[in-house]
Amino acid sequence: MHRTAQDIYDSFVEFARTFGAFQLFFLRLLRHSPSMLTSRFGVVVGQVYNAGALSLVIVMVCGLFVGAVLALQAYSNMSRFNAEDWTGVAAALALLKELGPVMTAILFAGRAGTALTSEIGLMKATDQLSAMEMMAVNPVRRVVVPRFLGGVIAMPLLAAVFSAVGLFGAHLVGVELFQVDVGSFWQQIQLMVEPADVREGIYKSIVFGIAASLIAVWEGYNTVPTAEGVGRATTRTVVITAITVLVFDFMITAVLI
Amino acid sequence: MRQTRSVEIGTGLFVLLGMSALFFLTTQTTGGDDFEADSVFVVEARFENIGSLRERAPVTMSGVTIGRVTGVNFDPLTLEAVVEFVIDARYDQIPEDTDASILTSGILGSQYVGLQAGGSDIYLEDGSEILFTQSAIVLENLIGKFLVNAGSKDEE
Repeated sequence: MHRTAQDIYDSFVEFARTFGAFQLFFLRLLRHSPSMLTSRFGVVVGQVYNAGALSLVIVMVCGLFVGAVLALQAYSNMSRFNAEDWTGVAAALALLKELGPVMTAILFAGRAGTALTSEIGLMKATDQLSAMEMMAVNPVRRVVVPRFLGGVIAMPLLAAVFSAVGLFGAHLVGVELFQVDVGSFWQQIQLMVEPADVREGIYKSIVFGIAASLIAVWEGYNTVPTAEGVGRATTRTVVITAITVLVFDFMITAVLI
Repeated sequence: MRQTRSVEIGTGLFVLLGMSALFFLTTQTTGGDDFEADSVFVVEARFENIGSLRERAPVTMSGVTIGRVTGVNFDPLTLEAVVEFVIDARYDQIPEDTDASILTSGILGSQYVGLQAGGSDIYLEDGSEILFTQSAIVLENLIGKFLVNAGSKDEE
């Protein structure tokens, strides 16, 4: 009995320690970010390419199909009320406010986040980070910060591409397949979607970008430096990002709605 | 060097694509304000009941959107709703005795202001007030009346 209480206490303290270290790590990244953006912009650009440009294909393909399936579902439900014109509105609002940012963040964690974690983790496992410290190069500044910034910059752009391509997918299904009138399809969208809805999606994608990138580099930087450790850290990145993004999504929606 | 160049091109294309997607979303999906501040005039109308009319609701004449509601206020003295809306300056020949009614698009659609032309030679201008108005039809009241009527028929 005494042992169990002690174990629970220990794991709680350990949790608090990890959480605190995570926050301090975030602050460290933020402190180095401005100088990195101004003096070593080229390095950041390379990371925007890795996190953003290389994720484009998966984001666009998924966006197209998510938009298409939304229109499919919306059409089959709306047609019960003879409100087929609303197909576009249902798809557009769902894409802009929820699915665009959330799906992109989860795809981002799978495509770019895992790459970041395993890259940094492998650098740690092969003592490259320690070698940098030996040469008086700060590995957080040189390795972690550009990758973090690359993700933060890329994510909102990816989410916008996802929503835009998704709308195109919805157009294909709604207008081309089900013959909803193209004019009323887009007019209803323009009538019903408020600038605040677009803003909500942008805010979300910024927050998710910070969360997903931060979790990915944190897991990489704190990898147990073994082959198994790198694998485990990569898995944790995806799991933790997915949970964090969905919880944050709920909270942001509750505040903004 | 080759490597850096292609990375830079790829990044540039990616950022351009992202920006144009953002631009598309902000301009094409939202109604935006197609009525700019310098080419409109403000008109006011008082209603007993505006139903669920909101800001940004369209103002139409013969079914064409010619303006937008910019403000909905309550006048504590006359106990009426004051609806303020802008009309595109191109339409400067709307008779002064035009009447405004609050209509609903479809049976459950959103509400809008419909203008019905009058016959006066004097036209609406900035700051005019539309005197002839018709309130929104509130579905609950309508159902209430219908039920009362149905009830009284049963008694006969």
